[in-house]
Amino acid sequence: MTTGIHPVASLLAAVARGITGVQVQWAGCEPSERQRIYFANHSSHLDFVVLWSALPSEIRAKTRPIAAKDYWENTALRLYLAQNVFHAVLLERGAVAKAQHPEEAHFVGRHLIDQMVEALGTQNSLIFFPEGTRGTGEKLAPFRSGIYHLALRRPDVQLVPAYLENLNRILPKGEFLPVPMLSLLTFGKPIQVEPDEDKDAFLERAREAVASLRRIGNA
Amino acid sequence: MMFQALHDAKLVWLCSGVLFLLVVSTLIGHLLKSRRTDANRSTIDNLNARIRAWWKMAAIFALAVLIGKVGALILFALISFLAMREYMTLVPTRRGDHLTLFWSFFVIMPLQYYLIGIQWYGFFAIMIPVLAFVFVPTSIAIAGDTEHFLERAAKIQFGIMVCAYCLSHAPALLLLRIPGFEGHNARLLLYLVIVDQMSDVLQYVWGKLIGKHKIAWRVSPNKTWEGFVGGVASATALGTALWWATPFTPLQSAGMSFTICLLGFAGGLVMSAIKRDIGIKDFGVVIEGHGGILDRIDSLCFAAPIFFHLIRYYFVP
Repeated sequence: MTTGIHPVASLLAAVARGITGVQVQWAGCEPSERQRIYFANHSSHLDFVVLWSALPSEIRAKTRPIAAKDYWENTALRLYLAQNVFHAVLLERGAVAKAQHPEEAHFVGRHLIDQMVEALGTQNSLIFFPEGTRGTGEKLAPFRSGIYHLALRRPDVQLVPAYLENLNRILPKGEFLPVPMLSLLTFGKPIQVEPDEDKDAFLERAREAVASLRRIGNA
Repeated sequence: MMFQALHDAKLVWLCSGVLFLLVVSTLIGHLLKSRRTDANRSTIDNLNARIRAWWKMAAIFALAVLIGKVGALILFALISFLAMREYMTLVPTRRGDHLTLFWSFFVIMPLQYYLIGIQWYGFFAIMIPVLAFVFVPTSIAIAGDTEHFLERAAKIQFGIMVCAYCLSHAPALLLLRIPGFEGHNARLLLYLVIVDQMSDVLQYVWGKLIGKHKIAWRVSPNKTWEGFVGGVASATALGTALWWATPFTPLQSAGMSFTICLLGFAGGLVMSAIKRDIGIKDFGVVIEGHGGILDRIDSLCFAAPIFFHLIRYYFVP
């Protein structure tokens, strides 16, 4: 599915850039129209919009966020923003853990990956927060395994790590009013699943790839 | 009234003087560039970059002054905002400070400039040192996080004082009613900014030319006694020579510009000490491309309130 950019999305992106004064650095790769999965740390509602706004507009039009279904379907406004404005791929969080027996877990997990593979299609890119939920910004939580399975299914898609700095101070979890501090966004060198690398090793390496992009310490 | 300033011949002379300085320094910059060697290449490139930045700053400032009081207020409110943004980004704050910071940026700072706009001097003078002083620690205490409490409250208070309160005294010069000088206050603002910024520039130039003995090498490796004495003396001479644009006699003008230079130096030194404490070189360097507004105006923050009150005490009946 190719999607145009919703005017509200452009507006929110401009506002987010203004509030966060974000300075973007492509340290490990250049902006490119090829299919990519951008994966980053997650500490603020601004994370997705800021990362998305940092991409050139022709890439932006084909880049969709992965978001938690339970949260974004909760109110009509959130659903509108997720579905109509940002064309988010809404996935059920914790569905695998809730499964009654291993076979069901396997089936549910496979279904989630199917949805992401379908969203990627032949020309889309995805924005992914593998921690699964917003943290305090001090430490990265362990990555969920979705990114690993997705990478195995679509080895042709580049995995680009990114680090969003200071957004946890601008709009932390649970706050509605932003404080306009300055922030940084760094894109790192693409990684891939190495031959005979197991799931846990890859997830730890992916997490390290994000963490290593941090440029200044947070309080 | 818009562009009223154009009818003030002496103000136009001041602006022309600045333009002349910019042209001359640009020519010198070009001359040096053609003669640069590997040894001084970075210094000369840095000098030319600074001159280019000065053109932009002077243009923005001139436009704001020409528009009049509202222009100056908007410009300085914007500078306060950007400076406070740099400061608060680099000073460690905690989650419990969030709402207090929101108020600092979106209520306290704009209110300070609004009070100048409606010419409410009494409230302008006490709003931050009295009300915000009490508000900041109270609001942090209500948020409930007591870790480093005093430090956090003090750091936020200091940021609001320097970036909003102190700096707002520059456009507040437009409020003062000096008998026989009505309608010309924009010249005072220009005088303050010219003497203050030229003092910075001349201290840098003298320091580069003959600087040897460091004043406080722990705080700022670039500040030397030679730069300080040469810069303050020449900027004071410049300020004295501009007495015709002010309500001052030449001697008073010398005293005023000397005070501005000394306080400007103090401001630069204090902000350098804060930068060393945080562990950075420039407020603008950590966040590349953001220019370091606070590095540019640190001297003005200390000079503006004292200059304002000296005039208010001696020249406003």
